[in-house]
Amino acid sequence: MTDTEELRSRTREFLAQHPPASTDRLDFLRARFDAGLAWVHYPEGLGGLGAPRSLQAVVEAELEAAGAPDNDPRRIGIGLGMAAPTLLAYGTEEQKRRYLRPLWTGEEVWCQLFSEPGAGSDLAALGTRAVREGDGWVVDGQKVWTSSAHLARWAILIARTDPGVPKHQGITYFVCDMTDPGVEVRPLRQITGEAEFNEVFLTGVRIPDDRRLGAVGDGWRVAQTTLNNERVAIGGMAQPREGGMIGPVAKTWRERPELRTHELHQRLLTLWVEAEVARFTSERLRQQLVAGQPGPEGAGMKLAFARLNQEISGLEVELRGEEGLLYDDWTMRRPEHVDFTGRDAGYRYLRSKGNSIEGGTSEVLLNIVAERVLGLPAEPRTDKDVAWKDLAR
Amino acid sequence: MTDLLYSEEEEALRAAVRDLLTDHCAPAGVLARTESDAPHDRALWKSLAEDMGLAGLLVPEEQGGQGASHREAAVVLEELGRAVAPVPYLTSAVVATEALLACGDGELLGRLASGRTIGALAVGLHTGPAAGIRTVRAENGTLHGELTGIADAAAADVLLVPADDGGLYAVAADAATVLPQTSLDLTRPLATVRLAGAAGRRVGDAGPAVRRALRAAAGLLAAEQLGVADWALTETVRYLKERKQFNRPVGGFQALKHRLARLWLEVVHLRAAARAAADALASGKDTDVTVAVAQAYAAPVAVRATEEALQLHGGIGMTWEHPVHLYLKRAKADSIAYGTAGAHREALAALVDLQAP
Repeated sequence: MTDTEELRSRTREFLAQHPPASTDRLDFLRARFDAGLAWVHYPEGLGGLGAPRSLQAVVEAELEAAGAPDNDPRRIGIGLGMAAPTLLAYGTEEQKRRYLRPLWTGEEVWCQLFSEPGAGSDLAALGTRAVREGDGWVVDGQKVWTSSAHLARWAILIARTDPGVPKHQGITYFVCDMTDPGVEVRPLRQITGEAEFNEVFLTGVRIPDDRRLGAVGDGWRVAQTTLNNERVAIGGMAQPREGGMIGPVAKTWRERPELRTHELHQRLLTLWVEAEVARFTSERLRQQLVAGQPGPEGAGMKLAFARLNQEISGLEVELRGEEGLLYDDWTMRRPEHVDFTGRDAGYRYLRSKGNSIEGGTSEVLLNIVAERVLGLPAEPRTDKDVAWKDLAR
Repeated sequence: MTDLLYSEEEEALRAAVRDLLTDHCAPAGVLARTESDAPHDRALWKSLAEDMGLAGLLVPEEQGGQGASHREAAVVLEELGRAVAPVPYLTSAVVATEALLACGDGELLGRLASGRTIGALAVGLHTGPAAGIRTVRAENGTLHGELTGIADAAAADVLLVPADDGGLYAVAADAATVLPQTSLDLTRPLATVRLAGAAGRRVGDAGPAVRRALRAAAGLLAAEQLGVADWALTETVRYLKERKQFNRPVGGFQALKHRLARLWLEVVHLRAAARAAADALASGKDTDVTVAVAQAYAAPVAVRATEEALQLHGGIGMTWEHPVHLYLKRAKADSIAYGTAGAHREALAALVDLQAP
C-alpha cells in the first residue's frame, strides 16, 4: 500500500463508514487507529499501513476536509512525538499493542522523566536509581521539568541500574506508571508565574520488568531515539507569513503608530526579515521531508527559533513603552498546554527564555551541529571511561 | 506554494557547471588574472555561455534562448559565486538580458542569449531596484556624458545606457571610452563609461527596463552570495579539521565549533531565502517582497561568512596568495551591489505595511 490514490479512496471509505458528524469522537479516533490511518508509516495493526511517511498528508487532507476530530496533539505531544517512536523502535510486541492505541487517541497522556536537578544538558549523569528486586525494579530519585506530569498516565523514564560502569552504560529505559504508589508530582512555578512543568519525586516506585524498554544497560541508546525525535519535531503544516512570534509585534506596530521610534523600526524590519527567512527554511525542510529527502537542517531550526522568539518578544516589550512595565497576570496556574504566542507581550518575553533551554540547550545543539553535521572533532572528554560512582558531582 | 527544492534537472545543471569550474577556474588562475590587464576569463565565458548555452537561460526559445527560468539561472550563479568566477554572467545574462526582455528587442536579445555578445547595463552597480538612476544626455541619436561604477563594462560589447529623454540606448562598446576603475572586487571590475557623441540606438524606455533588470539582479545576487558563503563555510570547516594548534585540531575547540555551527545555520537560511527569491522571480508571485527579503538577509550573511573564514584561517587568511580575500572582496562588494540590505529593508517597510515613525 504505497499509492496515493489507493490511500485516498481508503480514507474516503473509512469516512463513509464513520461519518465524523454522527460518530462519537473517541470511537472515531479508535476506529481510525484500527483502520491504519493514524500514522500510515507505522506497521499494520499498530495504527499504520507500513506506507511511506509522506503519504500521511493525503490522509490528513481528506480528514480535515471532512471535519474529522483531531487527537489534540498539543496535549499529547510527548506521547506522539517522543514516546511513540521509541516504543516502536524498542518495545516488545506486547508493549506496542498495550500502549500505542490509547497514546494516539489521547486517552492516555504521556510524560518524560529524563531531566534531573543535577543532570540537564549532561543528561547521562543522571542519578535516579533503579535497583533489581525479584521480577521487577525499585526506583528512587527526583526528576524535573516534566511537562504534563500532572495529567499523565504513563512516563518514559531513564534510571541508573549500574553505577559501577561509565555513565552512558549503566542506564536503563522504563515505562513508569504515574498512578503507582511512590510517584509524587509537584508543580514547579516558573518565571512566568504559572506552573507549566513539574518536579516528580520517585520513592520506592516498583516497576515490573516487563515495563523495561530495551536491554538492561542500554537505556542511553534507547533515549537517543527519544531525544532525536524531540529535536526534530517539525510542524507538518506550512506557516503563513507572520504566523509566528513576529505576528503580534507587527500587528502592534500597525495599530499603534504612537509607539513607533526609528531605532525600533530598524530592529523590527531586521527581525521581520529573519522571521520570514526562517519560515522559508522550515518550509524548505518540510518539502524535503515530503519528497523523502530529509536534510540535516532540522537540527538547527530549534536554535534559530529560540533566538528569534527571544529577540522579537524582547522588542515587543520595549515597543509597548509604559505598558511594557505591566504584566497580564501572575496567578499560579497549571496550563494543560502552552501557547507561546498567547497571553501578552511580557508573558511571551519570559516564556521564550525557555526556548533555548528546553529540549536541549542551544549550546548543546551547537555542539551537535558542529560534530554531526559539520564533522568537527568532539571536545576531549574526561568522563567517558570512568565509573559513574567515581565521577565528581 | 513556493518550490524551495532543487529539481533533478537543476542538480544536473549544477554538476555540469561545477565540473567546468573545477577544471577551468582554480583560485590561483583567478588571482593571476586579477593582476593582469584582462581580469575577465574569456575562455571560461565561451565554455559557459556559448558551448553550454547558459547565457540564454532567461530568454525564450523563440528569441534564441533556452526558455528556462530564474531558478536555473540561480543555480548557475550559486556555482559561479562558489568559484568567484570572473565572468560577466550576472551583468550580461541576467541584468542586461532582463532589461532587453522588458524592451522586447529581439535582435540584440538573441545575440546576448548566444553568449557571443556581452552586454552591460550602464547603471552603477550600487543602484537598488527602488533607487533613482543617473542618465546621460541624448541629442539627435547621440549620447553625451559620463557614468561611473559600471560593472563588467570592460568585458562588454554592447552598453545599455539610460538617457535623459527616458530612453534606453544600445551603444557599441567601441563607440564609448571605457576606463577601468580600481575596484574593491577584483573579479567584478567597475569602469567609467564616457560618451562623447556616441551613436546610440533606442531600444525602449529606461524606467521599466532598469527596474526589472535591477529587481532580477537583486534576487539572483542572493544565489551568488549563497555560493560565496557556502564556499567560505565549507573551506573553513575543512581547514579547521586539519589545522592543529595546542596539540589538537583547531576545529575541536568549542568556541570555534559554535561559531561554525551558527554560520552553517545562517547558510541554511540563506539557501532557503535565495531559493524563494529565484522561485518568486520565475513565477512572478510575491516577487517584490521575496526579493527584498532575500537581499536584506543575504548580504550580511555572505559578508560574515567570508569574514569568519578569514579570521579562522589565521595568518594565512591575511595573505594575497590564499583565495579567501577574493571571496571577502566579492561578498563586501555584493553587500552594496543592487541595493544595500538597509535599502531593501526600507523597501520592505512600504511593501508589508510596517511604516517608519
